[in-house]
Order: sequence, then structure tokens, then C-alpha cells
Amino acid sequence: MGTARLYAAVAGSGFRRYATYRIATAAGVFTNTVFGLILAYLFIALWDSKPHLGGYDQAQALTYVWVSQGLLMVVAMMGGGFEDELIERIRTGDIAIDLYRPADLQMWWLAQDMGRALFHLLGRGVVPLLFGALVFDLALPSDPLTWLAFLVAVALGVAVGFSIRFLVALSAFWLLDGAGVAQLTSIAGIFCSGMLLPLNVFPGTLGEVVRALPWSSLIQAPVDVLLGTADPLGTYAVQAAWAAGLLAAGRLVQSVATRRVVVQGG
Amino acid sequence: MDFEPFERLGAYERLRDGLRAYRLITAMWVRSTMAYRASFAMTALGNFAATALDFVAILLMFSRVDRLGGYSLPEVALLYGVSGVAFGFADLALGSMDRLGRRVRDGTLDTLLVRPVPVLAQVAADRFALRRLGRITQGLLVLGYALAVLDIHWTPLKVLMMPVMLLSGAAIFSAVFVAGGAFQFVAQDASEVQNSFTYGGNTLLQYPPTVFAKDMLRGVTFVLPLAFVNWLPALYVLGRPYPLDLPTWVAFASPVVAALCCALAGLAWRAGLRAYRSTGS
Repeated sequence: MGTARLYAAVAGSGFRRYATYRIATAAGVFTNTVFGLILAYLFIALWDSKPHLGGYDQAQALTYVWVSQGLLMVVAMMGGGFEDELIERIRTGDIAIDLYRPADLQMWWLAQDMGRALFHLLGRGVVPLLFGALVFDLALPSDPLTWLAFLVAVALGVAVGFSIRFLVALSAFWLLDGAGVAQLTSIAGIFCSGMLLPLNVFPGTLGEVVRALPWSSLIQAPVDVLLGTADPLGTYAVQAAWAAGLLAAGRLVQSVATRRVVVQGG
Repeated sequence: MDFEPFERLGAYERLRDGLRAYRLITAMWVRSTMAYRASFAMTALGNFAATALDFVAILLMFSRVDRLGGYSLPEVALLYGVSGVAFGFADLALGSMDRLGRRVRDGTLDTLLVRPVPVLAQVAADRFALRRLGRITQGLLVLGYALAVLDIHWTPLKVLMMPVMLLSGAAIFSAVFVAGGAFQFVAQDASEVQNSFTYGGNTLLQYPPTVFAKDMLRGVTFVLPLAFVNWLPALYVLGRPYPLDLPTWVAFASPVVAALCCALAGLAWRAGLRAYRSTGS
């Protein structure tokens, strides 16, 4: 089997695996919709008292709410992706089996995570956005090319999200229990991805810092491409640079960690 | 533990046994947590930080606007603090309820059924997480800030309202946790639905009611009475009217509403437990 076909099959299995949990998916859609509603009314109040806050008008701010609720699970910045399983495999030593496989560890999990992300985009992304579009006035683009540009930004965001969580998981080689690092990273992710509040709204230096961090690639960047408030090519360049840098870092840590396994195994 | 056969006991003895079992199981989990003190300190701090982010988001909003839905920052902090502490207590006591669905799915609930201890006490105490004190601490700090800054015209009634509000609020949220657990006997794989009422309800109550649509307010007043956790009593303390034209006395109804919620949640729990069919093998 060719390498591309192997990883396509792994991505397919990642997709099917999450597609099995139908009730959980429906429950998740319900949760995203409830939180979307709360945030939408909050944002209406905010933008009522300060129109054009963060450079968005009210319809754009509401679009931000519903698109970001749809993307939460896709980019998995709160956890819930592959990392728990990888941490567990490192802790129990099963990782040794994975390393014997004729597939690269990082690529394997990246393919799996891409499959998961695609499922969550369809399973948990579409319905909250449709609900939001029915209940509120959103600023959704009519040009299919803009949607395509958005999907590219989402894919790059997933790659950045994956590479962060891959580094988190590898920390288990040294810490054995990766829970603390995973928790800290998810806190940083919630705050710095723009999930609580668009990063454009963060004031002053704090705003500049959070917009420069890799987490801005996860939600803020794709939403801005969809809203037309950011240049797609420039956005891709930043996202791709983060993805490439963090994936390379993951590869480096992986090779160091792999040598550790051999030492431990005698 | 020497528990008598369950069926022969009266309501009072059952409650006493349940609480005793809950205390023993939580004590066991606390001991096991304290075996790794550094890890406990880190996760409690993480719990604190994760909940604090909500308030940081509110601070960021107020760095851009003076008022939110007509409310000032200290007023929002009072709503936030009361809801946060009330929810924190319910989360500490019953936050493990959302694991019930997993136990139903993998069949381990059967182990709990054969023990001569109330199932609710076992499920609630399962993996009791002391780190959730982080959330309570964070809520108390915000509440303390609000009370220090706000210029409230205190009366004995308003002073009394503060502890009553926190206790009733904790009881209402606890009822939601138990009802959510009952729902999972049926739904099994839908713990996120429970989260949208517990965590979602807490998030909703952290903002002024004037922000939300009237229909949402009616829903959380008359259907799922979360408004009695903080909105109705706290607006009385602040001297502000509730956006739905309700008489003032409803601000004092929280304990009654809380008792009613707990009774209904208890009934739902028993119905759920009776409807439970094991997965078999």
C-alpha cells in the first residue's frame, strides 16, 4: 500500500471512529447551540453599547459566535482529540508497539486527527451554524470561493492545533502523567484562540500578544477569512508557518523521545 | 460498613445511610488524592485558573465598555460570584454525576447496584474531586470584590439573603446534576446535554438578565428555575427590578424553589434507576 493510501485509510478510520458516537454528537450539537445562544445575546449587548468593537459590526460579531461554536471541536483546543490516547499509550509502554509499525508516529496521528476534525466539522459544525443563521442576522458570504478559502484556513488551523497537542502528548515521555500539561495547554487554548472573546477585542499589548500566538490560527484566523476581514493568503502564510514550525518541533522531540524508549527497554 | 437491608428502612434512615456512605467514599477519594499532594495542588490551581478565565473575559469586555446590559462591573461581579460559588458547591458535591452514562454503557453500574449502599451516594461520590475547591475559591474572591466595591444599602433582610441565596443556589444546581444523571440512564451517551444545563446555566447566570431575550428569561424562571439561583434574589439585594414583571416576594422564594427542585430531581432519579436495564454481555 502506498504511503498516501495508508494515511488516507487512517484518516478514514479516524472519521468513522467518531461517527460511531451519534447520540454524543447530537448532545454536543445541543451544547454548542446553548452556549452559542448565550454568547450571541451577550455579543448583541456588547456591540449595542459599542458598535464596531474590534472592527466587526453586529452581524459579523454574531457570525463569529456561531462559526466559532462550530469550530470548537474541529480544532479540539479544549482537548478530546487523540492526545489522551497517545499519553495513555506512552504511560503504559504500548508506544513501543506503535514505533515498530511501518508508519511514522506523527503522520499517523496527524492523519487520524484530520479524519476526526472532518467528522466534527460535518457532525458538530453545520447544525449550530444553521441554527444561528435562522435565528440571527449573520454576515455569511455568498461567494463559494470565500467558503473554500475558509475551509483551507480551517484545515491549516487543525494542523496547528494538532501540532500543539502532539507536543503536549510527547511530554508524557518525561512526565509520565501528561494531565497537568494538557490542562495548562487547554486553558491557554481557550483563552488565546478567541473562543471566549474575539482576539480583536482584547485591548492593547495583550491583544497584540494573543494575536501573535499560534492559537490565533485555530479560530480567529478561519473566521476572519470567512468574514473577509483578513487577507486569505497572508493568513495562510502565518498559519502554515506555525504548523510547519510546530510540526518540526514535534518531529525533533519525537526523535529524542524515541531514543529514550529504546534506552528504557534495554 | 454494616448497612441494614435497604427496603426495610424509612426515609430518614435512608437519607442518613446515604449521607454516611457519601462521606465515607469521598473521604476515601480525598485520601487517595492527598497521596500526590503536588499533583493535587496543580490540578486545584488549574481548576481555579480555568474558571478565572471567564471573569478575565468579563474584565476584558469592561475594558471596552462601561456597562453591560445596563449593569456596572461590580454588579456583574456580584451575579458572577453568587452563581460561581453556588455552582461550585454543587459541582464539588455532585460533579461526578456526568460519569454515570459511561457506567451505564460499560456495565460497571451493576457493581454499584449490588452493594447495600444507596446508588445515588455511590455515583455522586465516585472519584470525588477535591480540586473543584478551585472553582469555589475563585467565585468567593469575585464575590468578595463585588461586596467590597458595591455601595449597597444593607438591611437585615438583604444580609440574610446572601447565605440563603448561596445555599438555595447550590441546591438548585445540585438538583440539575441529579436530574441530569437520571436522564443519562435513558440517554447513556449524552453527558454534554447535562453540561449545557449545568455549565451553560452557570455561564448564563454570570451575566445580567437584561442581556437575554424575554423567552430565555421565562424559560429559566418558570421551566428550569435557574433564575432563583442568583438573578431574582441578587437583584433584590442590588435594588434593581427583574426584567420580567414579577412581584418582589419572588426574590425570597429561592429556598422553596430549591426544595421543590430537589424533590423533583429525586423522583426523576428513582424513575431513571427503575428504568435501568443492564447492558448484559
